[in-house]
Amino acid sequence: MSSDTAASTPYLIRGATLADGTRTDFVLADGRIAEIGSGLSRAGASIVDAAGLIILPGLVDLHTHLREPGFEQSETILTGSQAAAVGGFTSVFAMANTSPVQDTAGVVDQVLALGERAGYVTVQPIGAVTVGLAGERLAELGAMATSRARVRVFSDDGFCVSDPLLMRRALEYVKAFDGVVAQHSQEPRLTEKAQMNEGALSSELGMVGWPAVAEESIIARDVLLAEHVGSRLHVCHVSTAGSVDVIRWAKARGIQVTAEATPHHLLLTEDLVVGYDARFKVNPPLRRREDVEALRAGLADGTIDIVATDHAPHPVEAKECEWDAAANGMVGLETALSVVHSAVVDTGLLDWTDIARVLSSTPARIGRLSGQGQGLLVGAPAELTLYDPAASRVFGRGNLAGKSANSPYLAMTLPGRVVATFHRGYATVLDGALRPADEISALGGRTDG
Amino acid sequence: MARTVLNQADIARALIRISHEILESNRGAENLVILGIPTRGVVLARRIAEAIARIEPTATDVRVGSLDVTMYRDDLGHTRTRTPSRTLVPGSIDGVTVVLVDDVLYSGRTIRAALDALGDHGRPKIVRLAVLVDRGHRELPIRADFVGKNLPSSTAERINLHLLEVDGDEFVSIDGGPVDGGPVDGGDTEGAS
Amino acid sequence: MRHLLSTKGMSRDEAILLLDIAEDMADVADREVKKLPTLRGKTVVNLFFEDSTRTRISFEAAAKRLSADVINFSAKGSSVSKGESLKDTAQTLAAMGADGVVIRHPASGAPHVLAESGWIDAGIINAGDGTHEHPTQALLDAFTIRRRLHGGAARGKGLDGVTVTIVGDILHSRVARSNLWLLTTLGAHVSLVAPPTLLPMDMSGWPAESGFDLDAAIDAGPDVVMMLRIQQERMNAAFFPNSREYSRRWGLDDERFGRLARTTIVMHPGPMNRGLEISSAAADSAGSTVREQVANGVSVRMAALYLLLSGDREES
Repeated sequence: MSSDTAASTPYLIRGATLADGTRTDFVLADGRIAEIGSGLSRAGASIVDAAGLIILPGLVDLHTHLREPGFEQSETILTGSQAAAVGGFTSVFAMANTSPVQDTAGVVDQVLALGERAGYVTVQPIGAVTVGLAGERLAELGAMATSRARVRVFSDDGFCVSDPLLMRRALEYVKAFDGVVAQHSQEPRLTEKAQMNEGALSSELGMVGWPAVAEESIIARDVLLAEHVGSRLHVCHVSTAGSVDVIRWAKARGIQVTAEATPHHLLLTEDLVVGYDARFKVNPPLRRREDVEALRAGLADGTIDIVATDHAPHPVEAKECEWDAAANGMVGLETALSVVHSAVVDTGLLDWTDIARVLSSTPARIGRLSGQGQGLLVGAPAELTLYDPAASRVFGRGNLAGKSANSPYLAMTLPGRVVATFHRGYATVLDGALRPADEISALGGRTDG
Repeated sequence: MARTVLNQADIARALIRISHEILESNRGAENLVILGIPTRGVVLARRIAEAIARIEPTATDVRVGSLDVTMYRDDLGHTRTRTPSRTLVPGSIDGVTVVLVDDVLYSGRTIRAALDALGDHGRPKIVRLAVLVDRGHRELPIRADFVGKNLPSSTAERINLHLLEVDGDEFVSIDGGPVDGGPVDGGDTEGAS
Repeated sequence: MRHLLSTKGMSRDEAILLLDIAEDMADVADREVKKLPTLRGKTVVNLFFEDSTRTRISFEAAAKRLSADVINFSAKGSSVSKGESLKDTAQTLAAMGADGVVIRHPASGAPHVLAESGWIDAGIINAGDGTHEHPTQALLDAFTIRRRLHGGAARGKGLDGVTVTIVGDILHSRVARSNLWLLTTLGAHVSLVAPPTLLPMDMSGWPAESGFDLDAAIDAGPDVVMMLRIQQERMNAAFFPNSREYSRRWGLDDERFGRLARTTIVMHPGPMNRGLEISSAAADSAGSTVREQVANGVSVRMAALYLLLSGDREES
């Protein structure tokens, strides 16, 4: 296959398998899905043999830390975009805990522009709820909403908006522009110096426990606040069985709440802490097997709406140290689809149609992101991912495309492999390999989409 | 093929002879402390002390004990960790005659360690050495004063020394060395297995 | 033994071997020359990221009695407090040729990280990590109990059937954790008594009973009562109202001490808060082993250093 450098070069994808198992061809042209059907041909098109590959709408991550501006030693918008593309993503929501914080129109527009220049995925900035993530005063939410970045998701992620009055006001205020507050649910007093899930293992290891109730109590408070003021609430990285119960109850009551689970909370358990390898240190912490099962069940029954990565790059020195001193967080963009495949597809809980919903259409809808998550329809933007479900690989450093290596999956065997990713009609990944930054930048710089 | 060199009766006779020699050299059993080097040296020391008590009925208080040398060895870090045995030095050894007793004398390194250990317990007037078997191949300027049996051997050969109290049977035998020149017992702990 | 990081997972045979060697080491203290040449030429580094003069001098005495060279590296006021990482410190010690590192660290698991990191090849002894474990303290406690019960015939024996009640801040106690695993491995029955706030949240995996009532525990007639130090800072974090109330409910005061059998062994890892968790009468009684524990600490640490630093390094 040749690497064409013009955005308008069409692609003919042959024999891709749809989520329902049928096989069909796709033609991508002018940034859109031009044709769908069998036996298609297109003069001048680059042909992609998709035999045995599942075709999914381009994945959308509602929760990504790109670290730029401010923490470029961990990740940049370019390297994070590359990690996303390798993972089959065509859009990521960039969390606000940069430096400076994404709490003004200027910063969110800068992040947007850097994402456009990189060109691998749509980088949609998230705005901070409070100035400097300090939890004291509301940031200029309206200015960010009306900026070029059109911010709709607001979050202090990394910190909880713990002040109930401030949370109430934020929930109310974002109704003015159909925004949503994505809450990092962590009661700060109950988690002072917390190091790992509180339970039998933390008791044995002598680690300060991170109780489930610290998450559940904030979610309970927030859904009641959302009900009271009639606002939308999004709950970031749900990690406990009790949280799933609270959200299930809230949804049954008609409260406008959506929730996400991370791939790592769907697969990994706290037992990994035993060796004190700080790659497994994350906020919220890895929980018990029962919690993992409850999250999977919640994702299957729709209580949990989406999977979001919480991709959190950290430099080597932030992890190569004693547990208490290590930073929280794991990279997850490159592995997300394989991990979800292992956790909920191989276990029969979700099928590939569900995966398209929880990793593409619903996160795009929650984030009010146009041009993403519209599905595999003629005329829809050509945002696509080709995935080989039969593949299996021992995941290694070489499979990471971002700047940081703090993956919990190194040396683990994971199923499946992203073979190709198409963004705005051009390939960002082909044959499992990332296309070079200069080619992509040349394509992505075009604004016609 | 193991070849028996001493049987139980031979060992008993050798120990009685050594006991006589000790008494002769010490001119009686006065101021005599007999210290065995664990494990089998302690058994031999006890038997010698009993023999002395039989030979010299007036010697009612021949003092006998054990002197562990593990902490004084020079091969720490070159072999697996050795488990020490108990040291029991019966009273002061200042100014007395100490007879060290070991089973097999080989490189001499155990005795070197024993002399160092002894010095940390006091200052004997005289130190003598009794061994049941001397198989040669000394690596240090050390010799035994009382020897049960001189047994010239090649380093490839293996000396087996069994005592009833430790092994359930009793003999000294010699094994032909491994034909392929494989592992031989190093150090001098010795030949006894 | 490659490292001594915890008592959890230590086998009964390993523990008894170490205690028996400690008996031999204790005998050395009675000799004219109280020193062994065993670790001549070896370097032991005491790497202390927390102040603990008692533990440090105990290890220092142990290493010196075995003729090792001792380097004390206190992290306070050094480059470590200026942000040097554990990795850089470890590599510095490796470059200096440390054969053994005795580490005290406020983070649970730090000794484990040091041992597994590949930054340094030395044998690692955990001298207390966070609120995780303090294995040599448990070993000296076991040694002390065994000597009290069996005297000169202690060698080779475990603690089968001995009942031990540990009282106090179990939640934050690395001493309690290490003792729990070691004493039960040696056959003892352990029960824990503490305010509910100072018991770990989930002890389902612990081979011990737990309760809140010290009086009931006293009346059960334990063979050993081990009082833990109560940190003043706990009072500021709402673990209990004040020292008076703590002392009244969970202190070994004169009245409770008087109800114990005369043969009961009273232990405390030190330093004691007299009048808070333990009364002076109890601390100074014939049943008290507080001073023996200090002396035995040196013997047990000599045994640990010997086992760690002798033998091929390939041995695991």
